[in-house]
Amino acid sequence: MRAYIIRRLLLIIPTLILVSAVVFITVRLIPGDVIEQMAIQMGQTTQGEQIDFDKIREMLGMDEPWHIQYGKWMWGALRGDLGNSLFTGAPVTEGILDRIPITFELGFLAFIIAQLMAVPIGIYSAIRQDSWGDFLGRSFAIIMLSIPGFWLGTMVMVFPSIWWNWTPPMSYIAFTDDPLGNLQMFIIPALLMGMAMSATTMRMLRTTMLDVLRQDYVRTAWAKGLRERVVVVRHVFRNALIPVITMMAGQVPVMIGGAVIMEQIFNIPGMGRFFLDAINRRDYPIVTGINLILAGFGMLLILLVDLSYARLDPRIRYK
Amino acid sequence: MSNVTDTTTLHLAEQRKYSPLRDFISRLFKEKKMGAVGGIIVLLMLVVGIFAHWIAPYAYDLNNMQIAMQPSSPAHILGTDQLGRDVFSRIIYGARISMIVGLGASTINVVVAAIIGVFSGLVGGKTDLVIQRFVDAALAFPMLIIVITLMALIGRGLIQTVLVLGIWGAIAWIRVARSAVMAIRENVYVDAARVIGCSTPQLIWRHILPNISPILIIMFSISMSGNILGEASLSFLGFGIPPPYPSWGLMLSVEGRRYMEEAWWLALWPGVALSVAVYGINMWGDAVRDLLDPRLRGGIGRYGRATRQIQMQTTKQETTILGRLKSLLVRR
Repeated sequence: MRAYIIRRLLLIIPTLILVSAVVFITVRLIPGDVIEQMAIQMGQTTQGEQIDFDKIREMLGMDEPWHIQYGKWMWGALRGDLGNSLFTGAPVTEGILDRIPITFELGFLAFIIAQLMAVPIGIYSAIRQDSWGDFLGRSFAIIMLSIPGFWLGTMVMVFPSIWWNWTPPMSYIAFTDDPLGNLQMFIIPALLMGMAMSATTMRMLRTTMLDVLRQDYVRTAWAKGLRERVVVVRHVFRNALIPVITMMAGQVPVMIGGAVIMEQIFNIPGMGRFFLDAINRRDYPIVTGINLILAGFGMLLILLVDLSYARLDPRIRYK
Repeated sequence: MSNVTDTTTLHLAEQRKYSPLRDFISRLFKEKKMGAVGGIIVLLMLVVGIFAHWIAPYAYDLNNMQIAMQPSSPAHILGTDQLGRDVFSRIIYGARISMIVGLGASTINVVVAAIIGVFSGLVGGKTDLVIQRFVDAALAFPMLIIVITLMALIGRGLIQTVLVLGIWGAIAWIRVARSAVMAIRENVYVDAARVIGCSTPQLIWRHILPNISPILIIMFSISMSGNILGEASLSFLGFGIPPPYPSWGLMLSVEGRRYMEEAWWLALWPGVALSVAVYGINMWGDAVRDLLDPRLRGGIGRYGRATRQIQMQTTKQETTILGRLKSLLVRR
């Protein structure tokens, strides 16, 4: 088992190097560069002054060939330094570390809300198949799958402000300053993201539970005279979890994408906003850094999911 | 009459020809009513998209500042936006953009996934392993982040959006196509075809592709809503369709969000259109999957009917103790 984990972790390294190289080159192929974006901004403040583009490029180390730039960046990255922002000069690693907790808080809250909704409704839908409750749960899931989160987010901004003159809090409050205010700010975007996410989990849980309910060992459990709660929780739910967990992990990258949109709508200074600003300014180190960190996170997640199979299903063993 | 051979028995022995398409449609309306509703919504979107220039009362970019941001009136039933353009007409033209993206990107999804999946599944071995590692690495990325990076690379536009969503979105489907191919490869008829001297392209064309075609159709129907939502999200963030084209996502971001205090209808209607469209496509996709997936039903065509009849017979017979126990477990 330990050897398996080590091997899997080692396999992540070459993949990350490949990913970083691809992203590193891709962002440099994007038309326009940071100097032009700076010039556009400066053009509004200092007019008539001639800007020496080449000198700035040299200053930022952008005149060197790509493979040398990549080599320098990689050397830094290995020591945990992802370079400096081309636009503001601030270190990228710190910038990302400052914003990760914000996006993770949003994602974590959304995930909890999604599971709190999906698991009870999914189980109920499966054990009371074709009842009114099942029908309501499934309709809710289908409707949530169809309504785009960014539209619902916009609606939450528009209609309460017209009807009750109320808008969700729009200025960021740090958790350490005011935990309640911070939660108030996060709860609406997290609820919107969680509802969308719960729909997929709910449907999946219902289908797999229906599948398991027809298994012979469940019939045995009923025949033994076990109580419904024991049969459902211990025999059915646990065995229905494997595909559901795979799917939940697959949802996490989707959720990060959702966080990008929600951060934009609700003015939350997380990774998503950081990324969008960086790509608009052609701030290469930030774009590369965020992509690298998110890909590494995604791969670790896949590993964790694979390991969780062994805990859930004793038949699965890794060598 | 001395005629021994009765015509009715002859008729029974005759093979009845089933049209798979007709069978599919009749089953859709009989068994999957919500799927039929979804299908009608999709059809309606197609018609509206194709004939947008006849249905829409105004052109999508006809601006008239004198009537900017007016609520609904008989002349403009859904009101006008900040440039005095008719919202209703823009939503109708938006259906065209959504349908182009949905159909185009899903076609690319299916074609790319089928090509790589068939290759990976048939060749197997080291090549397959390398391709699967690439797929794993690509899937570890948050889709929206990488798609935004790619859109920044090749620029905004309709064709660009279709290409990026089509090609990057295909990666998730490669696994599905590959596992379908691997399951079919194990069949005896594939070995038989090889033995009688079938070349690899022939094998793929005559044996593999027809057998994975239900899965490819399911892929197409399911990926469509994701692609339409993807385009809307991209346009919403300013990386998809450029103005003045009336993408629903773009209408929500530019007009809807900036002027939401003064003109709420700008934020409402594009979202309603998008939700209804995605709802219809989801219902349609679910029905297609349920009707075509060989694991869920006896397959399409007359075999599907045969197995269903057998199933109905067995349910009637379930009056035994076992049957009662079973129905107790299922708790209908």
